Order: sequence, then C-alpha cells, then structure tokens
Amino acid sequence: MAKITLSDLKHSYYPNPKGPADYALKEIDLEWSDGGAYALLGPSGCGKSTLLNIISGLLTPSNGKILFDDKDVTQLPPNQRNIAQVFQFPVIYDTMTVYDNLAFPLRNRGVDEATVNTRVMAIAEMLEVTDMMGKKAAGLSPDNKQKISMGRGLVRDDVNVVMFDEPLTVIDPHLKWKLRSKLKELHQKVRATMIYVTHDQTEALTFADQVVVMQEGEIVQIGTPVELFERPAHTFVGHFIGSPGMNVLPCEVRDGGAFFGDNLITLEGAIEQGAGTAEIGVRPEFVTLGDTGLPAVVHKVSDVGRHAVVEAKVGDISVKAVLEGEAPAQGAATHLSFDATKTRLYRDGWIATRTAS
Amino acid sequence: MKTQNQKAWFFVLPVLLLVAFNALIPMMTVVNYSVQETFGNNIFFWEGVRWFEELLNSDRFHAALGRQFLFTGIILAIEIPLGIAIALAMPRSGPWVPVCLVLMALPMLIPWNVVGAMWNIFALPDIGLLGYFMNTTLGIDYDMTQNPFAAWATIITMDVWHWTSLVVLLSYAGLVSIPDAYYQAAKIDGASSWSVFRYIQLPKMKQVLTIAILLRFMDSFNIYTEVFVMTGGGPGNSTTFLSIDLVKIALGQFDLGPAAAMSLIYFAITLLVSWLFYTLMTKDDAK
Repeated sequence: MAKITLSDLKHSYYPNPKGPADYALKEIDLEWSDGGAYALLGPSGCGKSTLLNIISGLLTPSNGKILFDDKDVTQLPPNQRNIAQVFQFPVIYDTMTVYDNLAFPLRNRGVDEATVNTRVMAIAEMLEVTDMMGKKAAGLSPDNKQKISMGRGLVRDDVNVVMFDEPLTVIDPHLKWKLRSKLKELHQKVRATMIYVTHDQTEALTFADQVVVMQEGEIVQIGTPVELFERPAHTFVGHFIGSPGMNVLPCEVRDGGAFFGDNLITLEGAIEQGAGTAEIGVRPEFVTLGDTGLPAVVHKVSDVGRHAVVEAKVGDISVKAVLEGEAPAQGAATHLSFDATKTRLYRDGWIATRTAS
Repeated sequence: MKTQNQKAWFFVLPVLLLVAFNALIPMMTVVNYSVQETFGNNIFFWEGVRWFEELLNSDRFHAALGRQFLFTGIILAIEIPLGIAIALAMPRSGPWVPVCLVLMALPMLIPWNVVGAMWNIFALPDIGLLGYFMNTTLGIDYDMTQNPFAAWATIITMDVWHWTSLVVLLSYAGLVSIPDAYYQAAKIDGASSWSVFRYIQLPKMKQVLTIAILLRFMDSFNIYTEVFVMTGGGPGNSTTFLSIDLVKIALGQFDLGPAAAMSLIYFAITLLVSWLFYTLMTKDDAK
C-alpha cells in the first residue's frame, strides 16, 4: 500500500509530438494518499485508460514521474511495481481451476503453498466464491469471472494499488450493483489504495471517496462526489455529472453583474476579473418554478418517477428544472428562479465566481 | 397449431444429389468390388469377406501400415511444434506481417506433383543442389534412390517444407485473436514467458490446433503424389506407404477386389484415428 504521486506527467502516442493536440495526457499533477478509493471519470478517449496504464507500468510516459511512497517507479515494469489491475473484460486463465487462478500471482512470486492456501481461501471467502474453487474457470458466468480477476489482484498482501479499468462493462445490470457494493466492502476490508476508471458517473460516485474528472487529457476537477455535484469547477463537470446535467446559459457581464437577457442574475458571490465567454451555470435541482423571476414557457415535462424534469423556454433558450410533486402542464406560462448560492458564472468553461463565505 | 410443410425437403435435394454422386455412389461401387472377384469383361464372382481376411493377415499390408503410421507420427511431431514456434516468432503487427504471411503461404500454393518433381531434382546426387552439396561438399553418401534412410529424410523434409505453413497460419490466427489484456494481466501477475505460453497462448490456440492436427494427420496419412513422383515407393519398398501400395495393387496388379477391400480399411482407419484425435482434444470443452 502506498501513496501515489504523479508529477508533471505527459504522454503522447506519437514519437515526436508537436502541439498539445498530439498529447493523450497533458500535464497531470496529482497526489493520492495511501488506502484511498479514487475514481477517474471521463468520457471515452479522455485519457483515463492511458493514465491507468502509466500507473500500472504497461506504458512509459513521454514526460514526468510516478512515485510510489516517494520512490520513483517510472521506469519499472509492471511486475516490479506491486500493483494489481482488473480489466474491462475479465481475464482468467481458462485451463486452470478457480483456486489455481487465485493462487497464480502468488505462485509466480515463489510464495510457499501453505501461505498460498491461507491467502487464497481468505480472498475466496471475501468474494464469496468458496463453493466454486475446484471448478474450471472457463465455465464461470461473466460476473464470477470478473470476481476471480479481482481476486487475483487482491490476493497479494504487498499490492501498492489495485486498479480497475471499467470492470463492470460486461456485467448484467442487476449484478452491477451487487458487484459494486462488494468492491466498496472489499476496499473497507483490505484498505488498499484503489483507482477505479469509468465513464459511468454512478459507478464513480458510489465507489470513490474522491473523483478525478478528466476531459481531453486534462484533469478538470478533483473532489468528493458532493463537491462535484454542488460546485462544479468547470461546465464540463456540471454537464457530465448529474442527470440531467447543469444548465449552462449564455450571459453578459456588465457593471459587475451577470445579465441573462435583460435580467440580472444573483450569483453565489463576486465575479473574478477576466476575459472570455461568460456563461451562467445552475443545476436543474436548484431551479424552481413560481410566480416571480424569469418569465418562461413550459416546453416539455418528463416524469422520471421520483421527480419530474421540466424543460422551460426563456426566449429561445431552454432551462431544465427538477421538480418534486406536481408538475405544470405543457405550454403553461411560468417564472423561473435560481437558488443564488448554487448559481455561478463560468468564463471559457472555468468557474469565475468566489463563494460568499 | 403448426402446419407441416413437407416442401422443405426439396431444398435439401440438391445437396443430397451432390453427396450421392461424389461420395455415396463411388463408395458403394468400391464396396461392390470389395466382395467380388473379376477378370474383366464385367464378369464378377462372389467372394464374401475373403479379400478383407487376406489383407488383414498379409505382411505386406502390415508393413505398409506400419510405415504409414511412422511417417505420419514423425510429420506431426515435427510440424506441430515447429509451426507453433514459427507462429510465436512472427510479428503481431507492422509492415512485416503481410510479408511473413505471403512467404508462409507460398509453399502451399505449389501443386503437389510439382513439389515432388522439385524435390526430386533438388536431391539428385550429380546435378541436384542438395544432392551435389551433400555428396561433394560434405562428403556424405546421399542418394535417395539407393538409401532408404536418405529417401525417408528427403520425403519428411519435403513435407515439413510444404505443410508446416498450414500449422503456422492457423496458430498465428489463434495467437492474434488473444486480447492484449491477457498479456498485460500476465505481466502484472508476474507470469514467466513459459507460463504465458502454457496458460494463455496454448489454451487460446487449442481450437485452431485441433483443426491443424486433424488436417495434417489426414493429409499425411493419405500422402501419395509427392512420394510417387520422388521415390515411387522405393528404394525397394521402403517408402511404400498405404496409398502407394493401394495404387500398386489396383493399377499395377489390377486386383480390383483386394484393392477395394484395402481402400475401405484405409478409409476406416483414417476415420477412426481422426475421430479419436477430435474426441480427445475436445473432451474438456464439453464440460
């Protein structure tokens, strides 16, 4: 188990990268503390798998360093880093039994059979696979296969970090939830540093203590699930996390205030100086319909069960609101108001308001 | 309720006709010959199982069968491991892949009698490249028309040259279908390259290898053309394999009855051994 530090990390798949566009990873500086549960969240192609492969040692970065507990491991091959990785598609050794699969990483390191046996049985107990130990691994269902490949990562007691590369992709939806809570439980038991890569916000938010949101090779925000939800540092985070995503409305900054059309919008705090395209961001959860505020017309109402998502039009611009209880009829005139403490100004995507406190 | 529509049978009819004309009818003709004696002019005498009994008790058949199994055994023992080794050494990606694949496919594109003729000339002691080199440069007495060992060695080398590519191409197809994650996981698990071969590559190649072994077995067990062109079964009877012997009996001696009986036994052995191979190699998958 170890603290992981990434310093000035860059990676390009081209031998001679020219501009920033050639980089799959641009400038990553991060520190992950020992025993934490982290998630790397971002859309496909944002560089999260590249980052994972660099940490595991399957890729050598073009630039920068990786430290495990202040020890430089940048040039070390995967087997000398004491890491474990669970892949998108379950990797199991078909011809071996479940027991031999779990024992494989230990036997390769010359651990004596008695220790192998205790470790394997302990892990099997945790994963609830004790009843299939003698079976050929080839015949297992996808979720059990994925459990076994997780088990191979966890069986070693010297692992610095366990990494998961979208491990639930091939798992049936009803088993996803079970496996996810199993994972959380395992993390609490073994206290290994775990990094979980996914493009699924639910997986990331339920698994991790801290989520790293990535976009186009850059980290846009690091924070707890609550922080990401409550105060997105970038419109991308606001959009990517939450369902539906944050409303991003065009606005104009004049006289130190933000105007949406002709209406002054109250923000969480003072606007920072700067140039660039200004936008107002507010989550649908913090938009309310009432008798005062921005005049709008209800355009569409979708009932998603627990609550209703109302899409209202202010002029040509649509604003979404999440409402509990009775939703207005389509075509009804209404007024929108934003919760000022949750309404922010963004410049070129990045947050540009200071909190009042 | 389901309506029964018997018209579907008509769709099977063309295949049935095809199989009848290229397999069933010729086969039944052979069965017909195998239980009779003929002296030509379409006059037949009933002989029952006499030809089968005689053949199964004949030393000549035993010797040919023994040579055939020895030959096929040697061929499989060389070509399968060699084919896997070459496939493992081939690049998995890059500009050399097509070059390797074409080079590998070349020997298989040459007609069998041409292969026989090529190696025949190649091995001639006085003018053949190989023969001349062995006799004059190395000073080894090498003449496949005189020396049975030389004849066997040449035929085996020829077959390895001609057909190892098939094993290579099939194994290679199996190898490239293994996802990268397997190799990455093995690296992380600290597996040695032998373990990677034993637990990842070999199991993933198993299905194509089953096909490769079956094809190479059937093909080498039925070898005729190249051997006929190269040695004609000689020197003496040393390279008279089953098919060569069969042709000698059928066309040389014109003993159609015994030849037909031998054909059927030959066919039965090929079928039986193929079935054994297949059953043994796929028995784990059924679980």
